Amino acid sequence: MRRIFNILIAIALLAIPLSLDARRKGAGLMEKHPALAPYFTVPADGPMRPDELGFIRRWLLLEPISKPNRGNTVFVDSYIRENLDTGWNTGDFTLPKDGQKVKVGDARLTWHALDSRLFNVKLYRFAVGTETGRYGIICRAATVIDVPEDLTDVRLAVGSNSASMWWIDGEEVLILSGDRRMVMDDAASRRLTLRKGRHILTGAVINGPGMSDFCVRFIDEKGNPVINYNILDK
Amino acid sequence: MKTSVFLLSVAASLLMTLNADAQEGKPWIHDPSTIMECDGKYYTFGTGGGGLISEDGWNWYPGAERPGGGAAPDALKIGDRYLIAYSSTGGGLGGGHSGTILTMWNRTLDPDSPDFAFTEAVQVAYSEVDEDCDAIDAGLFLDPTTGRLWCTYGTYFGFIRIVELDPATGARMEGNEAVNIAIDCEATTITWRNGWYYLLGTHGTCCDGVNSTYNIVAGRSREVTGPYLDNMGRDMLAGGGRMVVDGDDRQFGAGHFGRYVVDEGVEKMSFHWEADLDRSARSVLAIRPLIWENDWPSAGDAFKEGVYEISSVRRGYALELAVDFVRQNLPRRGWWEATDEPEVSYPNQTLDDVLATWPEGEIPARIGDWMNRPHQRWSVVAVPEAGGYLGGQYFKIQIEGTERVLAATQDAEVTTVPAYTGAPEQLWRIEQLTDGTFRIMPKAVPGRTGGYVLTSIADSTPTLAEYDFASDNCRWTFKRK
Repeated sequence: MRRIFNILIAIALLAIPLSLDARRKGAGLMEKHPALAPYFTVPADGPMRPDELGFIRRWLLLEPISKPNRGNTVFVDSYIRENLDTGWNTGDFTLPKDGQKVKVGDARLTWHALDSRLFNVKLYRFAVGTETGRYGIICRAATVIDVPEDLTDVRLAVGSNSASMWWIDGEEVLILSGDRRMVMDDAASRRLTLRKGRHILTGAVINGPGMSDFCVRFIDEKGNPVINYNILDK
Repeated sequence: MKTSVFLLSVAASLLMTLNADAQEGKPWIHDPSTIMECDGKYYTFGTGGGGLISEDGWNWYPGAERPGGGAAPDALKIGDRYLIAYSSTGGGLGGGHSGTILTMWNRTLDPDSPDFAFTEAVQVAYSEVDEDCDAIDAGLFLDPTTGRLWCTYGTYFGFIRIVELDPATGARMEGNEAVNIAIDCEATTITWRNGWYYLLGTHGTCCDGVNSTYNIVAGRSREVTGPYLDNMGRDMLAGGGRMVVDGDDRQFGAGHFGRYVVDEGVEKMSFHWEADLDRSARSVLAIRPLIWENDWPSAGDAFKEGVYEISSVRRGYALELAVDFVRQNLPRRGWWEATDEPEVSYPNQTLDDVLATWPEGEIPARIGDWMNRPHQRWSVVAVPEAGGYLGGQYFKIQIEGTERVLAATQDAEVTTVPAYTGAPEQLWRIEQLTDGTFRIMPKAVPGRTGGYVLTSIADSTPTLAEYDFASDNCRWTFKRK
């Protein structure tokens, strides 16, 4: 009897880490798609800070929306607004949950919670790794930040491949049009004030052929990184 | 009637263009002293007494007062007082050469101030009738590294000499012996920068109007008393000197250097043109940007109107309107295709090709790849009625062929508005920096004070921010188109 009890205890102890891992967001995705591993990790529980250069590495990424384009030169401002600013992140939009499904056109797509191993979030690797797309795609991204005290005169600085649009709490703050390469601090928003509390940051990146990725951070008046806030996991 | 109006307009524009790079008002002077700022006004004194006053640094008028007459004065602010040096002369090149250098103080340069009163002049140096020196053309220099005060003097008649003065009294330091530091110059002065002392002097023919070949040269030394060598290693005691400024297209005879530091990386040099063809060939005050290249000074050009690509030094992208990029659809030929077709020269995209695609109201500015497209071509036009700043006037910066102009916003961002209204936020101060690039400042940012300049906060994003010479974000280049 005592031996059976000991065996049950041992099984229970072994099961604890497995069940914890199973609860972690994206764990199943990573197991199903190991090609993601060089670029993404399963988000840890709890908040995280931007990296030392201020880049935000925690994102919810929506599986790519198919938008075939033979090239990226069509991404002029009006095209970007028409195709990326569709109202998907306004109104009662809330931060999606990992695994949440949404309907975009005829497609039913899933949000995935991931932490990027790199300062630049590799959308191409996300699409290929999840076997949900490659070229001619629109990727949506969302994250939520918690600002401990008001941040004044900060700017959202973005580099993206290719064109992209960015919003904070549903308000447009930045557009990067044209055939873009991912360049750190390629474009920046006007000066912003982020009030104490939670803010949802969303973006949409469109790409024709080739690599697709983005990097996002907040910078101050001198262009230095802003890092005194948390990136939440829900 | 319309033709007449048009021709008059063209003539006025040409006249405006001709004078766009010269000081306005009545800037007639010879041997201008180093420009001094006093209670918000600028002052310079000249040969023969008197001098010029300017309220903005661009429009200059007679009115400065200096007693003593004589030749080629200089001025220097020490503490809260102004030290003036000038010289009485024995009669010029063909006369005697028994010159005398004198100094005197004043608490203000404003002749209307109740505090305006010169102290009695004291003699600090002199030359005998026929020695190898002509004690005129004084230049004052307060050494920023030691606090010691120096005075150079002399002409083509022999040596240029340096003596030490007491910065408290302006008198000669007791026991100080003059040191020869150059030969056959005029209007010398010393300045210091980046570990080097620079001796600037004027060579060439003086006082011959439009035929004057006067030019300003420099040598440098690690010691204030020399030796001052030029870029070829030639001692200024042997006649050496590297060119700082010589004749221009319409102005000739550059003489009597003075340095004015406006801000870090923003410096001006004052001098006179012996003759300005656009001003009855009279001798006039000139103020140019002072450029430092490889630790050598030279004069930058006065900014001229024209159509420009305006590029950020940060990345090299060009300032443009944030509008849809309109593709230019031309026949495409493969480079591998062998053909005997004659080559065709295609026109650039024109404003008419794209104007209908632009919004009518405010259009933000951004920075992008230079493609010589209409939304990137900026016409920089002087606005004479807007006044100026030291050595420059205000400009409006508009898209070529339109009335759309660059403007500062109350959020200290930068945009474009459909038409120029004369508002100060639509006027721009364009100054060449010491490295040859430019800073671009709005005359005003609505509701704000301080020196905001056009800045690249990101490769593709312009804004207005505090000037920082150390940052390429604040530097721009103008390429004439």
